[in-house]
Amino acid sequence: MTKSITSQRIWQALNQVKDPEIPVVSVVEMGIVREVVIDGDAVHVTMTPTFSGCPALHVMRRDMETAVRQLGIKNVTIETVLHPPWSTDWISDEAREKLRQFGLAPPQKHGGDLIAVAFLDVAECPRCGSKNTSIKNSFGPTLCRMIYYCHDCQDAFEQFKPL
Amino acid sequence: MNQATQQILTQKLLAMADDELILAHRNSEWIGHGPILEEDIALANIAQDELGHANIWYELHQTLTDDEPDELAFFRDAAEFRNVQLVELPRGDWAFTMLRQYLFDIYELLLLDMLQYSDYQPLAEACAKIRNEEIYHLRHSSSWVKRLGLGTEESNRRTQRALDELWPYAQQLFVQLPGESILVDEKIVPDLATLYKEWEERVRPFLTAAHLTTPHNQTPSTTSRSEHTPHLTQLLNDMQKVARLNREAVW
Repeated sequence: MTKSITSQRIWQALNQVKDPEIPVVSVVEMGIVREVVIDGDAVHVTMTPTFSGCPALHVMRRDMETAVRQLGIKNVTIETVLHPPWSTDWISDEAREKLRQFGLAPPQKHGGDLIAVAFLDVAECPRCGSKNTSIKNSFGPTLCRMIYYCHDCQDAFEQFKPL
Repeated sequence: MNQATQQILTQKLLAMADDELILAHRNSEWIGHGPILEEDIALANIAQDELGHANIWYELHQTLTDDEPDELAFFRDAAEFRNVQLVELPRGDWAFTMLRQYLFDIYELLLLDMLQYSDYQPLAEACAKIRNEEIYHLRHSSSWVKRLGLGTEESNRRTQRALDELWPYAQQLFVQLPGESILVDEKIVPDLATLYKEWEERVRPFLTAAHLTTPHNQTPSTTSRSEHTPHLTQLLNDMQKVARLNREAVW
């Protein structure tokens, strides 16, 4: 007999699934997994998309299903919900630190008021911690990144785009 | 929801999806041709966002009709598309592209703001999702229009020329679909006349401040979303070509 399915085991398995564009953080740490429901031998996972056009979403969804199946669970459904809309405020503090170490400045917490907070364009350089930086482009190599310049390092860096 | 309401709602969702899809494709044509690398990247991002939004509307449409989003995108002919002519026009020069994006972004942001209060819950929820991404688009396109309007004599002249050409096309965004008033009465979508008033209040002073003269004409290029320019056929030939080579292909 296989080990009984527990919610904790499923969350642990999902926590191994990484965001393919930012391989240092998991879908759980990113706040993408919203809910895990066990119904007999079936598992139902609810996820929410980050950026609506993000091509990595399909990969994450597939990887999440595979991760749960590897626990020996055959009946797995992954449902995508849009509400409540994903926000970068949901990224855990541990994940923010991992992003910074990865070289990606974490997004400012904005409490729902994106314009008032995020559009002040203040980002901290992930290398030297300087706030003497300026925005170069609100868009970057992926939908979730924007480009800044650090005047102290005299080099560009990327920030996870606040949403 | 009764059948008549549902039928018109599916048409409205299809119109919204088609607008986003066609505009996304036009913007994607700049990839590799942007005036500078950063703008190439920015426009590719905006196109990708709009594609994501199109997909959300197609999926919502699918919940009411069972039509597959890919089927709608790749296997309909021009006459079956319901986008406004504004988005199908060739990309033109940089001023044309940025001004078109600006006129559309304001419309879309105001529409999303109002749709967040739609009595049709799935629509309201999707808008809340899309809205924050759109804010970035408007910030980008509006800063470009301002820069071009106040830039050199040539950039101002080209932006003014784009404005004169695009203005009647932009008016079509505010033409109701046949029967759309049912959706307005049931508080599913906002009244486009109200939306137009707000759009104008935002757009006119902004363009004036950018030293551009806004036309007074309010006559749309066409009042029917079934009517298209020959440009749409050309666009679809490009966009649908690969998918139509092998219907069973998976990628």
